[in-house]
Amino acid sequence: MPKKRDAKKINFTSIAEVPTMPMSLGSMLWNKTGTWRNIRPEIKLEDCIQCGICWKFCPDMSILIENEWPVVDYDFCKGCGICAEECPAKCIVMVEERK
Amino acid sequence: MSKEKKMKLSLPTEELVGSGNLACQGCGATLAMRYFLKALGPKTVLCIPACCWSVIDGPYPYSCLGVPVHHSAFETAASTATGVKAGLQMTGDNETTVVAWGGDGGTFDIGLQALSGAAERNDDIIYVCYDNEAYMNTGIQRSSATPLGAWTTTTPVKFFKDQPKKDIDAIMAAHRIPYQATASISYPEDVYKKAKKAKDVKGTRFLHIYAPCPTGWKSRPEDTIKLGRMVVQNCIFPLFEVEHGEKYTLTMKPANKKPIDDYLKLQGRFRHLKPETIKVMQEAVDHEWTRLLKLCENR
Repeated sequence: MPKKRDAKKINFTSIAEVPTMPMSLGSMLWNKTGTWRNIRPEIKLEDCIQCGICWKFCPDMSILIENEWPVVDYDFCKGCGICAEECPAKCIVMVEERK
Repeated sequence: MSKEKKMKLSLPTEELVGSGNLACQGCGATLAMRYFLKALGPKTVLCIPACCWSVIDGPYPYSCLGVPVHHSAFETAASTATGVKAGLQMTGDNETTVVAWGGDGGTFDIGLQALSGAAERNDDIIYVCYDNEAYMNTGIQRSSATPLGAWTTTTPVKFFKDQPKKDIDAIMAAHRIPYQATASISYPEDVYKKAKKAKDVKGTRFLHIYAPCPTGWKSRPEDTIKLGRMVVQNCIFPLFEVEHGEKYTLTMKPANKKPIDDYLKLQGRFRHLKPETIKVMQEAVDHEWTRLLKLCENR
């Protein structure tokens, strides 16, 4: 089961806080790439055959496996549509994002 | 939801590439890194020259990768990796795998002398080239990996590229390195298997991973996996491995070889091509394929 993802942005207040060697201090999880999306994938779980192909081909690691079922992480899904295209049971549909 | 079934996944679930990265929609390079790091595990150091991945990784002080990354200059990926490996060996660490991860520009053109040097010294590194067939990061300029007939911003429609793609695999085979392979992101198990195999070999290893780029190829983002599969089925980019520059093994033999038209139709960069140019391209593909089959037979 994937644990809850934390996200924080690093703000340096003074020059003394900046490390002398350029090194990474945090992950990119603050960057919610879900806002890039025009169409969103929706999984009809009643047709799902649990093959894991959507999970395997997701370039944004935003299909999570929770309790043996695929779940879309809408915080990071960029809406490329690979999962809907590759799903052998055709149970993922891309619907227009509205807000 | 009444079915109770255990999900069978063909790859390990551990993720070393994080979400929130700066890749385009449907990026093939991200998938290449994902499968590769699944095979290599967290005890890996990456040396990344200027390429798409130096952007995807994130701006300072962030990184979306779960392994240490060393950003190097464009032409020095292989020599930086050599230095990192030598430094680790001085501290007594012989386990960590050092990987140079370059795009096709950093491998075929600019980084070729560093790669050739590392291969000649047989330094203990893995060099991975993810091939998206142009300088995508800087704005789709032509590289020597761009195939014949393709549109790029420096080879516009009227003057499309009329030189074939450089055969980097033959160049690396001529260095007699212990292990080299080609892979495509549409066959993740194959990428995984080859990366695992490369990890266990000592000496310079070279992996050439085919990574479609929807932005530069003007294809739909959802066709990324389809393109990676078609290129293998049409024998444009065959999957094979070479050991010590001599032992060629074909790892994926398409059941029936299809014409390249379907592959070209999906991409906007080939839209201007006339039937006679496609015929020339098909002949070139057939020629390369029979050449490879011969190499695989009399090894």
